[in-house]
Amino acid sequence: MNIERMTIETAREQVARKQTTATALAESFYKRIEAEDSRIGAYLALSRERAFAKASEIDRLVADGAPLPALAGVPVGIKDVLMTKDIVTTAGSKILKNFKAPYDCTAVARLERAGAVILGKLNCDEFAMGSSNENSGYHPVHNPHDLTRVPGGSSGGSAASVAAGMAVATLGSDTGGSIRQPAAFCGVVGLMPTYGRVSRYGLIAFASSLDHIGPFTHTVKDAAIMLGVIAGRDPLDSTSADVPVPDYVAEVGRPVKGMKIGVPDEYFAEGLDSEVRAAVEKSIDDLRAAGCEIVRITLPSTKYAIPTYYIVATAEASSNLARFDGVRYAYRAEGAATLSEMYRRSRDEGFGAEVKRRILLGTYALSAGYYDAYYLKAQRVRTLLAREFETAFAQVDAILTPTTPTPAFKLGEKTNNPLEMYLNDIFTVTADLVGIPGISVPCGKTRAGLPIGVQLLGKHFDEGTLFRVASAVEHAAS
Amino acid sequence: MSTTSKYEPVIGLEVHVQLLTRTKAFCSCSTEFGAPPNSNVCPVCLGLPGALPVLNRQVVEFAVLAAQALNCTVNETSIFARKNYFYPDLPKGYQISQYDKPLAEFGHIEIDTADGGKKRIGITRLHVEEDAGKSMHEGVNASDDRTSVDLNRSGVPLIEIVSEPDISTPDEAYEYLTRLKEIILYTGVSDCNMEEGSLRCDANVSIRPRGQKELGTKAEVKNVNSFRFIKQALEYEIKRHEEVIESGGKIVQETRLYNPSEGRTYPMRTKERAHDYRYFPEPDLLPLVVDQKWRDEIHARLPELPEARRARMMADYGLTEGDAHTLTLTKAMADAFESAAHKATNPKRLANIIQTELIGRLKAAGLELEDSPISMEGALLSADLTEAGTISSKMLKDLYDKCFERREDFPAVYEKEKPQQISDAGELEKIIDEVIAANPKQVEQYRAGKKTVIAFFVGGVMKATKGKANPALVNELLPKKLEG
Ligand SMILES: [Zn+2]
Repeated sequence: MNIERMTIETAREQVARKQTTATALAESFYKRIEAEDSRIGAYLALSRERAFAKASEIDRLVADGAPLPALAGVPVGIKDVLMTKDIVTTAGSKILKNFKAPYDCTAVARLERAGAVILGKLNCDEFAMGSSNENSGYHPVHNPHDLTRVPGGSSGGSAASVAAGMAVATLGSDTGGSIRQPAAFCGVVGLMPTYGRVSRYGLIAFASSLDHIGPFTHTVKDAAIMLGVIAGRDPLDSTSADVPVPDYVAEVGRPVKGMKIGVPDEYFAEGLDSEVRAAVEKSIDDLRAAGCEIVRITLPSTKYAIPTYYIVATAEASSNLARFDGVRYAYRAEGAATLSEMYRRSRDEGFGAEVKRRILLGTYALSAGYYDAYYLKAQRVRTLLAREFETAFAQVDAILTPTTPTPAFKLGEKTNNPLEMYLNDIFTVTADLVGIPGISVPCGKTRAGLPIGVQLLGKHFDEGTLFRVASAVEHAAS
Repeated sequence: MSTTSKYEPVIGLEVHVQLLTRTKAFCSCSTEFGAPPNSNVCPVCLGLPGALPVLNRQVVEFAVLAAQALNCTVNETSIFARKNYFYPDLPKGYQISQYDKPLAEFGHIEIDTADGGKKRIGITRLHVEEDAGKSMHEGVNASDDRTSVDLNRSGVPLIEIVSEPDISTPDEAYEYLTRLKEIILYTGVSDCNMEEGSLRCDANVSIRPRGQKELGTKAEVKNVNSFRFIKQALEYEIKRHEEVIESGGKIVQETRLYNPSEGRTYPMRTKERAHDYRYFPEPDLLPLVVDQKWRDEIHARLPELPEARRARMMADYGLTEGDAHTLTLTKAMADAFESAAHKATNPKRLANIIQTELIGRLKAAGLELEDSPISMEGALLSADLTEAGTISSKMLKDLYDKCFERREDFPAVYEKEKPQQISDAGELEKIIDEVIAANPKQVEQYRAGKKTVIAFFVGGVMKATKGKANPALVNELLPKKLEG
C-alpha cells in the first residue's frame, strides 16, 4: 500500500471497499512516522490509543455495512495549538509541557465525528509565533524536500507531515500566514478559511481576531472535503458565523472560463525571488489559457500590513497569554518567595524568547498613552485594507499572488534577525487582517527541487471560488 | 459634619451588583452561592487554553432592566473590553468588562435631603462585567504560606453603577445607596445581599473650598461592606481631608480601606501604583446590540418603581406618606399589602395593623415577611374585625401574640379564641339600657341630631360585655333604643 501521497478519497475508498482496514491504515502511518519522523520532527505526541479506538469503530461500521462518514478511517494529524481531550497539548511551549487537555477543540471533534483517525499532535512554533518552526519549545521541524531547510511556520509540523506522507491531512492554524507559508514551503495545499467560517473553540489563542483553523492536504479536493467537515456555526464561539456551508467539493474542477483573476502590482515588487516569480507567472499563463481574464489591480496599503499585523497580533497575544501564570495549570517555577516572583519566574522560564518579545511588544502597544497611536491606528489600517480589497473584489473573482517571496530558507538563516523573519509573511498577513480566505497551491519547483506556492485570495465566505480556481492551477501544474 | 465648614465634600459612588441569573455571564455554570469550592466551573470560567466566552442573554436583559429603572439611556451598541491585570483569582489574566462604550449612560435617581427636599443624583454609566474568583487565605492547610483560590464566583455577572460626583454629604451617600438598593430590589435582578457580596460599594471622596469649581484630590475607599460603614468611612475621610489641608498638607490620591472596629481608614498596604489595565475591545465577543424592539420588550417587564408606587398607594388607600414608605420598603411587602388592601373594609386600618402589630413582632422574632405566621389574608381578617368593632385593639394584640407563640395564622387562632358572643336580644337590651341610662348627655346629643355619637354607645356596650356582644345585633338595637 502506497501511502506517501494518499488522498482522503483513496483512503476512504480503500477502507470502504475492504482493501484495507482503518486499523491497518493507521498502523501503516504509525510505521511510516517511526521510520521518517526522527529526521523531520513533525510530531510532538502520538495518540495511538485514541486512534486505534476510532479505527476499530470505523472497521465495525464497514463490517456491519453501515453508511460511512466523509472521513471514515482517514488518518489525520492535529497542530499542537488545538485542544485534544486527554492528549498532551502544549502549543509547542515548555510552559504547557505534559499538559493534558480536558476537552476537545470543536474542529477536532468534528473531524473525529466524520470518522477521522487522529494520529497525534504536530510540532509548531511556540504559541504559533514564528515563520520557520524554529521557535518550537521542543525541537525544530525539517523540510522533507531538503532537511537543511525549514518547513515554514508556524504550522511546520502540519505541513511537513503531509508532505512526508505521515498523515493524509492535517489541521493547522493561520494568524499571519501560518498555514499558507508552510504549505508553500513543503509543496502541499494549505487553506485559511474566512474568519468565522471555522469555530476557534479549543484553539489556544495567539491573536483572537486573526486566528483561523484550516487544513493541509495533498490536493485541492481534499482541502474542500476537510473544510466541509470543520466549517459551520458553533454556539461555543461567538465569532463563528451563521453562514450555510455549501458543497465545496462540487466547486473542484469546475471550468474557470470567463472568471476574472486580479494580480496586484504590490505583490510582484522587488525582493521577489526570480524562480518564484517565474513559477507564479506560469500559473497566471495557465489560468489565462484556461479562459480566465487576468486583471492588473493595485492594493496600495499593502506596505502597512506587516507593521499593522505586528501591533494587533502582539497586543492580543499579550492579553491571551496572561492566563499562563503558573496558578492553575502550566509551568510554575519552584521556590518563589512571593506571588510576583512566582509570576515572573514561571513566565520567564516557561516562555521562549520570541513569545516574550511579542508579549512585550503587545503590552507596550496597549499601554496608556500609546493605545491610540498603535492599537487604534492599526485597527484603522485594517479597515483601510478591507476597503481596498472590497474595491478589488468588485472587479475580480479572486486575487492571485505568490504565497511567499522566496522558497524555504535554511535552518538558522534568519533566527538572529526577527525583522527579516517577519517579512517572510509579507504576502500572507493581509488576508488575516481583512478576514478573507486564502489558499496556497503548489505551482512548481525551483531548480534545486524546492516547492513553490501560489496564493489565491477570495471574498468573505467565498471559499468555493478559491477551490474552483485552485483546482485549475493544480491541474495545470501537475 | 458641620454645615458651617468652609469645605464642601464631593462624593461619587461605584456600586457593583451581582445579577441573579441562574448561570454565569459567559458560560453555563451555575451561579449558586455556597457550593463546594471549584465545583461550579468549566473550561471557560477556569480560563483554560482555547476556551471562549459566550454572552448569557439573561445577563443583558437584567442589566438593561436595571438601567431602565435607573433612568439610564441604553446604548444600541456597547462593546466588551478586556481589563488586563494579574491576580491569582483572575483566571484569564483579564476581566471581561466594558470600557469606553458601556451598556447604559446618563441615568439618575432622586433622593430625600436633610432639609426635606429632593435631590437628583446623576448616574454616569452602568456596565456589565464578570466577577473574579475568591482568594482564601484562611481555613486551608498550611495557611501561612499558601493561598487557595475558589473559582465558583469567576464569571458571575455583575453590573457596575457609577454615580456622578453629585453627592455632598455622607448622609446623602447613605440615602443614595438605600434608594439604589431599593430600586434594584424592585426590578428583581439582584438580591443585593451585602454579606454574600452581591452588592459591593467603593466611594471616591474629595473636598474643596465652598464655591470653588475645581475638584480636590480624591481618595478611594474600597470594599466597605455596609451602608452604615460607608457613611462612617466618608465622615472619617472628610474630617481627615480637612485636617490635612488645614494643617498645610496635601491629600495623596490613593486607595484606602475602612476598618469598622476602629472607625478609621488606612491606605491599602500593597503598593497600589496607578494601574494600567491596558483596556482593549474583547475580540472574542461581538459588539452587544440591544435594538429598540428588545429594549421595549424589556421595558414592558419593568415593575412600578417605589417612588411611583408610594404616590399611587397614598391615593388609592388613603395612606399617609409614612405608611406608604414603610409598606414599600420591599417589593414583597408592598405586593402583600396590596393583595389584601383592595379587599379591606378600611385599607388604612390594615396598614396601621401591619405597621404597629405585625412588623414589630416579625422583627422581634427575627422573621422575614414570607415566614410570618400571620398571612396577609389573616391580617385582613383581623383588620376587618377590628374595623367592625368585633374585637377590641387589646384583643387584637392578644390574638397576635398567640399567633406568634403558636406559629398559627390569625383565622385559626381567632376561631379558637373568639369570645362567646351574646346574641340574645333580651340580654343585650338590658345592657344597652344600662349604658344609655349612664350617659344622658350623649343621649341628648344623639337626639339633637349628632348621629355619630352612636359609636360611643357601641363602644360602651362592647366594653360592658367585654367585647362579647354580637356587633350586628348591637347595631340593630341601639338606634331604636336611643330614639326612644
Ligand atoms: Zn463555567
